[in-house]
Amino acid sequence: MAQLLFFGRLADLVDPPSQAVQLPGDIQDTLALRAWLDTRHATGGALQEKTVRIAINSEIVVDPAPITNADEIAFMPPVGGG
Amino acid sequence: MIRLTDTPFDPGDELTRFTATAAGSGAIVSFTGLVRGQSKGGAVQSLFLQAYSPLTERGIAQAAEEARTRWALTGLSILHRTGKMAPEDAIVFVATAAPHRRSAFEAADFLMDYLKTQAVFWKKEVTEAGDQWIEPRPEDYTDAARWAGPQES
Repeated sequence: MAQLLFFGRLADLVDPPSQAVQLPGDIQDTLALRAWLDTRHATGGALQEKTVRIAINSEIVVDPAPITNADEIAFMPPVGGG
Repeated sequence: MIRLTDTPFDPGDELTRFTATAAGSGAIVSFTGLVRGQSKGGAVQSLFLQAYSPLTERGIAQAAEEARTRWALTGLSILHRTGKMAPEDAIVFVATAAPHRRSAFEAADFLMDYLKTQAVFWKKEVTEAGDQWIEPRPEDYTDAARWAGPQES
């Protein structure tokens, strides 16, 4: 199971903001994951915004990055400052 | 020392502790950020800060390392709150120690600019007008860009 995390305003859009999900076989990179989850959670494109970065196992990656069912995948909108 | 905490802290106690570890330094600069009581949405009822460990800590550690490379520091401390806070609560504490004041001032300023614009935190303000996720102000980015020029020693 992949562990999905949604931060900041995305945590208000995806319920629950931390979830374990079995990824379908055809979802093998971050771009496909963004599109699949955007539909699944009806987030209206929010997960596909360029300013929303993805971290895999707490390392920020550049689309399209390969993903597996063992990864922790975080969706991170622009940071809000301390 | 770099620490995230979801419990309140006393900046005075932190400075006392830091000063004790910085014996022999000629200068100590400290900065404390407080939760503001007013925002565009009116009176602030609470502030919620979310981090993503260990990514957040790792980014702060890299900024601290860069500060140590740029300035001759003899000590450095960064403490940041997460979770729910009330107006006037201390949200961030940065302290730097150096042989001379200029390095200490500039390193503390640099670290705060990193924390305001690049550190991995998400911030939600709860006001009378409702909840709002906050992003850095344009002047925060302008402040941070000052450090992109020639390195100082």
